Amino acid sequence: MSEVESISRTPAGDTRDLTMIEAINEALDIMLERDPDVILLGEDIGYFGGVFRATAGLQEKHGKTRVFDTPISECGIIGVAVGMGAYGLRPVPEIQFADYIYPGLDQLVSEAARLRYRSAAEFIAPMTVRTPFGGGIFGGQTHSQSPEALFTHVAGLKTVVPSTPYDAKGLLIAAIEDNDPVIFFEPKRIYNGPFDGYYDQPTRPWKGHPDAHVPEGHYTVSLGQARIVRAGDALTVLAYGTMVHVAEAVCRQKAVDAEIIDLRTLVPLDIEAIEKSVRKTGRCLIVHEATRTSGFGAELSALVTERCFYHLEAPVERVTGFDTPYPHSLEWAYFPGPVRVGEGIDKLLSE
Amino acid sequence: MKSASVESAAASAPSDKNSASEDSAGENFELRSLQDRFSESSRFDADSDYLLHLYEQMLLIRRFEEKAGQLYGLGLIGGFCHLYIGQEAVAVGLQSALQEGKDSVITGYRDHGHMLAYGIDPKIIMAELTGRQAGISHGKGGSMHMFSTEHAFYGGHGIVGAQVSLGGGLAFGHKYRGDGGICLAYFGDGAANQGQVYETFNMASLWNLPIVFVVENNEYAMGTAVKRSSAETEFYRRGTAFRIPGMKVNGMDVLEVRQAAEVAFAHVREGNGPVLMELNTYRYRGHSMSDPAKYRTREEVQNMRENSDPIEGAKAELIKMGIDEEKLKDIDKRIRAQVAEAADFAESSPLPDASELYTDVLVESY
Repeated sequence: MSEVESISRTPAGDTRDLTMIEAINEALDIMLERDPDVILLGEDIGYFGGVFRATAGLQEKHGKTRVFDTPISECGIIGVAVGMGAYGLRPVPEIQFADYIYPGLDQLVSEAARLRYRSAAEFIAPMTVRTPFGGGIFGGQTHSQSPEALFTHVAGLKTVVPSTPYDAKGLLIAAIEDNDPVIFFEPKRIYNGPFDGYYDQPTRPWKGHPDAHVPEGHYTVSLGQARIVRAGDALTVLAYGTMVHVAEAVCRQKAVDAEIIDLRTLVPLDIEAIEKSVRKTGRCLIVHEATRTSGFGAELSALVTERCFYHLEAPVERVTGFDTPYPHSLEWAYFPGPVRVGEGIDKLLSE
Repeated sequence: MKSASVESAAASAPSDKNSASEDSAGENFELRSLQDRFSESSRFDADSDYLLHLYEQMLLIRRFEEKAGQLYGLGLIGGFCHLYIGQEAVAVGLQSALQEGKDSVITGYRDHGHMLAYGIDPKIIMAELTGRQAGISHGKGGSMHMFSTEHAFYGGHGIVGAQVSLGGGLAFGHKYRGDGGICLAYFGDGAANQGQVYETFNMASLWNLPIVFVVENNEYAMGTAVKRSSAETEFYRRGTAFRIPGMKVNGMDVLEVRQAAEVAFAHVREGNGPVLMELNTYRYRGHSMSDPAKYRTREEVQNMRENSDPIEGAKAELIKMGIDEEKLKDIDKRIRAQVAEAADFAESSPLPDASELYTDVLVESY
């Protein structure tokens, strides 16, 4: 384990293997227990426990005042949460799918992100918007999108994407405790098991995966601290969410000595970890599931070029989703799976 | 920890609300009850001292806004500036009925009057208009975006209608903490056509939140007359579909506004959920400083000024009550001096340092 990784791991109790959903549920449970200002609201999250079961059992345990259902009113949900945050509470609204977040964009961009600045820090909007994102479950164009770059473009928001149960719990607790609005994207394809992009193979459970060992109790993974998934010298791979697992599998199969960096948070970005790695390897592959043009990879590519230009042995390479809506039947053609990631690696190493 | 009533309200407000009384489940529930109560006695019973107090507050807003208009003309205020002239009785009448330190206020971009009605120092408001470091938001907000934690004034919001759902969150906070406060959420007749306003109506009624929605109907959504933009121009009726009782109030008479506030606030404070108030008012100046107001006639404005002005109305009433005209002149002189002082302060205060550009974006810099 790298230095970066060892700093961030501060287990608080015994570990067990949890799925990402269980880890998220536990983080919410702990924060509801610790802080009476924490409130969970969203469509179907109370009585039903959430469409992905992330909030299962929490209303029963913490009551209907703390964990409750809302009407299907995404703009209203976010707006009310901004007001709650300004008042002094710590709301955790859920937007059922990231694809549903657009009606709330007005509130996120013009209110949540800007309240601190325009009130000269008199008012803040601490809130963590949890939302499942990404494809791989045949959701088609309205249940598969990865809109993270829309939010990294907004000054005043933080954007977080966990890739493991351990990180999901620690990052979610850190996000809820943070005094700024955080968009917490949960890669829904890996809620119940890691996914390396081989869609035709049997699904695997989280149980037994090293990053599924989740300590009991409260711990945090600091926002803005990347994780070195695998240290190496041949090239640097930058990824987040589901794509971390795809990159890992491809590098393992190809026996490439890659340094894989899981960004964990896009804003704030651990640019030091990225810079250090690329200066060492001289090659950089960026992988994300979102569409290519103006995706977060474009920002990463610019940063790497600006900061590491004289250390690069080859042009920065991006493997991303295509500039199309997320297709239903051609899901696996769109998804930047092992074949395309492998080609990206080959291209970078051939230069 | 939290009161049981909040507990049940958040989850099962509709059934709770319906079972409150047999009538409430029927066609009439409480739609008209507040209006009826208000009609019984539609003017606040104020003695001359108290009316004088309200008059002074309205006059301060009027003189402040006139001065802001001048400073804008001189180029000392840049960008957007929406004057409250003509609407003074609304903010003063409503906010004088609030319990300071307990209740909260949130509004749109025409916010100078609401801040002044709260007793916030005109100097720091004017300095915000001129974008100075000494401004209430250190010059980072400007005319449309002003805040005060001290007065529980939650802004000052430039996106039309967006503040209404924040108000829902503030009201939730009052209820959750059980602090006894209510939220006053202002918006205009234009904002009343935004979808998120109705999302908030639904949630506020469903969860029985302590919130008073206030439509300041000044007849024009920027340059578009109400009848050209609204299918239902009687805005107080628009809560009906959400079982929110409505009140229609003459917003040009400060004592009528104040009396309506008494009725509405009492209803909300008693835990009966939201109220929707429509305040019929009029702005004399353009929507913003760049608006030549060609969408209405000069005569229309003149007619309102001459026959319905809230300040002239209060003045006439004060004189009838026996207040000496000389005394009123002295008050005007004092207020003019206060406003001139605010303008001097706003002109002479330094601009924010360039380093302020990056502060207050996120908790810590990154």
